[in-house]
Amino acid sequence: MNAKTLYDKLWDSHVVRQEADGTALIYIDRHLVHEVTSPQAFEGLKLARRKPWRTGSMLAVPDHNVPTTHRAAGIADPISRIQVETLDANCAEFGVVEFKMNDIRQGIVHVIGPEQGATLPGMTVVCGDSHTSTHGAFAALAHGIGTSEVEHVMATQCLVAKKSKAMLVKVEGALGKGVTAKDVALAVIGTIGTAGGTGYAIEFAGSAIRALSMEGRMTLCNMAIEAGARAGMVAADETTLAYIKGRPFAPQGEQWDKAVAYWRTLHSDAGAQFDAVVELDAAGIRPQVTWGTSPEMVTSIDGRVPDPASAPDAVRRSDWERALAYMDLKANTPIGEIRIDKVFIGSCTNGRIEDMRAAAAVARGRKVAANVKLAMVVPGSGLVKAQAEKEGLDKVFIEAGFEWRDPGCSMCLAMNDDRLEPGERCAATSNRNFEGRQGQGGRTHLVSPAMAAAAAIAGHFIDVSKE
Amino acid sequence: MRKFELLDGLVVPLDRANVDTDAIIPKQFLKSIKRSGFGPNAFDEWRYLDHGEPGMDNGKRPLNKEFVLNQPRYQGAQILLVRENFGCGSSREHAPWALEDYGFRVIIAPSFADIFFNNCFKNGLLPIRLDADKVDALFKAVEANVGYKLKVDLGLQAITAPDGTVYKFEVDAFRKHCLLNGLDDIGLTLQHVEDIKAFEAKHRAAQPWLFA
Ligand code: SF4
Repeated sequence: MNAKTLYDKLWDSHVVRQEADGTALIYIDRHLVHEVTSPQAFEGLKLARRKPWRTGSMLAVPDHNVPTTHRAAGIADPISRIQVETLDANCAEFGVVEFKMNDIRQGIVHVIGPEQGATLPGMTVVCGDSHTSTHGAFAALAHGIGTSEVEHVMATQCLVAKKSKAMLVKVEGALGKGVTAKDVALAVIGTIGTAGGTGYAIEFAGSAIRALSMEGRMTLCNMAIEAGARAGMVAADETTLAYIKGRPFAPQGEQWDKAVAYWRTLHSDAGAQFDAVVELDAAGIRPQVTWGTSPEMVTSIDGRVPDPASAPDAVRRSDWERALAYMDLKANTPIGEIRIDKVFIGSCTNGRIEDMRAAAAVARGRKVAANVKLAMVVPGSGLVKAQAEKEGLDKVFIEAGFEWRDPGCSMCLAMNDDRLEPGERCAATSNRNFEGRQGQGGRTHLVSPAMAAAAAIAGHFIDVSKE
Repeated sequence: MRKFELLDGLVVPLDRANVDTDAIIPKQFLKSIKRSGFGPNAFDEWRYLDHGEPGMDNGKRPLNKEFVLNQPRYQGAQILLVRENFGCGSSREHAPWALEDYGFRVIIAPSFADIFFNNCFKNGLLPIRLDADKVDALFKAVEANVGYKLKVDLGLQAITAPDGTVYKFEVDAFRKHCLLNGLDDIGLTLQHVEDIKAFEAKHRAAQPWLFA
């Protein structure tokens, strides 16, 4: 009867107060901050003459607006520049640790937290950014919050929250050749839909998940939000511990041993009850490609663009019709026949060193197709970039005709100069294919890094598992 | 925060599912460091025919006459009627800021994305979940009747249609209390400073590495 889920354990260990209506005050261990969703929160704090409760819990970085070229010259767009300068000024004023734009540790907030060991098992982690779910890969309770909540966490170290339901997504078996965590994430979303996880915290488990590296687990948890769940998580195991050990913010010595003893308890107990269980067979997952304007509009590389006539209901039929019109695709077109104009490899989903390696392995010794106008690789952080350069991956990309950029969100959401022009079609390793996401009128197909690199070389989508 | 008690408001039907936050307020407007002024750019890519950027005179931009918000019969609408999974995507609070600044006070949908749903309450917006068949009935009624209004009573948790049909809805007691009274929840939480400090001391003793 006392069997708890991982989510129960994380939740229970952070309840400061429980109210009768089910809402609770939850203590927050780590608050990550970036330039887009924090200025109004800092301003609110100042207007109310409040101070941050515990600045030591905060770690700030500019990532959304930063340019990915000629960074030494500063930010050309004055509005973007003001936003980044506002973050700098706020962090300086309140004594918040910030990795500034030209710091080698700068990068996408969800890449740098784990990279620094600032994300640890057992923590509650929040950030004014929906992809905070990424950090759940460390057996942490991590989710995105709005700006009012950013201010609330700054002022009180707590969040007013209500416990979600728990969903178990179990993936058993071995993934096939060329099939990655990204394909698992897209397959899960294709199965349960973009609202399938709404109201739930998802735990990913099963032998296929245990076999993933930490980076793969981060990719998977990153996209829990695309399945509608604010939080995704994976139990702590030896892979988790090995990844964290020795990172700058990680505990050391005696503290490390104490921490590890606790972290080993961070898994769902045998017999723990979930409100929903979804099972997938790893061997059945093929490389995925989205065809529409929502991540659930996805099929495998062997598939075809669906026919709206076969949609399960009228609302979805009109959604599919609108998506096909926006994407300029005809029903029943084989995915492998879709030609692309641009390629984007990066983002908090797939901007880590293993992603760089996977893409470089495909690109090595080959050339980007003539019809591809731009293929860019944007490492997730300065340290990822440095590591990739140490391994010579930058040269592999550059020789193949890719651009090798500076770290940031870049064309994942196109707040800086990296964007699609109207009508351009892009193979992207990011997480959202919404209308206009990568630039007004731009058409995004979500894929894994290896699939994106293969599409860059072929000029159209191609099955990387047959390469 | 602005209080919400009662509203007798014009309804505009936006017949789409999975409306995401990029559609509600495109990212170029997120560069602002302010909380206000996003209303003219709500649904920017659907509302205007040209590409919008911050600082443009929106009054001079070409309107997409097809888009429902631009139709004369829906001017001044305060209630937005939409399909499922409204507000999916990013955590940007600019989305509720834009909707509130546009003039909306209530959003009715079969379902909402979690973070967006939460953000609404912090900004004086009331998101209401109704069963899909009821939402469908409302879509038909709005489209059939020019000037269709609904009465929303948060205290009673009820929506009353012109034909007298009453739709009850659920809302958390705490959120209802805050919205009815226009309360800032930071102030409310700080009433529990002692609880937070006590928890923190215990937490620090158990996991000191979190406080290094
Ligand atoms: S990379 Fe994309 S999804 Fe990730 S934080 Fe940046 S903008 Fe958001």
